[in-house]
Amino acid sequence: MFNAADMFKAFGKHRDKAIVIATGTSGRHWREASTDMKRDVALGGSMGQTTAACLGLALGLPNEKVCLFDSEGSLLMNLGILPTVSGKQPKNFYHFLMDNECYATTGGQPVANAQNLDWAGMAKSAGYAATYHFDNLEDFASNVGDIMKKAGPVFVSMKIVPEIENEPIGRRQRQPAGRSRGEMIRDLREIAGVKVS
Amino acid sequence: MVQQAALLSPERIVSEFQKNGVTHVITIPDSETNYLYELMKEQPWLDVISSCREGETMAIAMGLSIAGKTPVCLIQNTGMMESGDSIRGMALGSGLPLVMVVGYRGWTRHGITPDSAAVYTEPFLNAFGIHYYLVEHDADGDRISLAFQEAKATNKPVVVLIGDEYHGFNR
Repeated sequence: MFNAADMFKAFGKHRDKAIVIATGTSGRHWREASTDMKRDVALGGSMGQTTAACLGLALGLPNEKVCLFDSEGSLLMNLGILPTVSGKQPKNFYHFLMDNECYATTGGQPVANAQNLDWAGMAKSAGYAATYHFDNLEDFASNVGDIMKKAGPVFVSMKIVPEIENEPIGRRQRQPAGRSRGEMIRDLREIAGVKVS
Repeated sequence: MVQQAALLSPERIVSEFQKNGVTHVITIPDSETNYLYELMKEQPWLDVISSCREGETMAIAMGLSIAGKTPVCLIQNTGMMESGDSIRGMALGSGLPLVMVVGYRGWTRHGITPDSAAVYTEPFLNAFGIHYYLVEHDADGDRISLAFQEAKATNKPVVVLIGDEYHGFNR
């Protein structure tokens, strides 16, 4: 397993102008690594559907690389999205999975059969163009540059150290408020040259 | 026997899609919309996205809408009810216009149906505060355009219920 913060630093060196969507407890570390906030988008909002929203974005913006940092608990809620993605073969979609084997944000309860799931194997069987699995930072860091040059849909499974939150919700330290969804959409449309009549 | 010509034709629906600039239809085909699916696939201006679960369709639509496209979700009322959290978080939560065309399984003109899918369809939409238009025949087709206009004006999802009592989509 390796730390999300280190993983994001390594990825950040190869991001170029990709649009990035980072989810879950581990995804918070992207804020520290990102240097292009206008290309960071939050597309959460309903259980297990962020992947689908990213697919829509990738299909709608075929000239932009779309990088999703997903979590395994979320993906399990809608595993059918893997063949939905593969069915459209978006060449600009990079699907990173931060697998910490638990529901970190709710106290670390285990994800069903977490230690035996072959995520990269599932994505490969579903029809992703390329799949990878990493359980240490060194291998990830030395390969992520080449991965970002591959034609998608690409799936990258990573074993990530869980950062379990077990404080009652009311006692947890709040993240500073980011941009609203409306502001993110406006910014993204501006940089991607999206015209809406 | 009721003739299909007197009912809602797939050509009318596809024509309304084209008139309103639809770019993508995200769908899970069912027995009532089989012929509509075939017709949609023949249209060069339309990209049909096959989904695995109805809740995906609203999320995919949100991503496409952000990218400036005009998607439609084409699902059945049973799947719509399964998609409650996606309708809440993605369709209503995005603040973007969206038309969802929903097959009204179990609907009858008599107002009496043994199918609970039909019984709960309109209460479900009312609970979410989502406006809807019922389309039964080709003559109702302009209501589809009304739905697009309302969605755009309000930046909200609007539903077109296909009251296909006689399974007119099947050849």
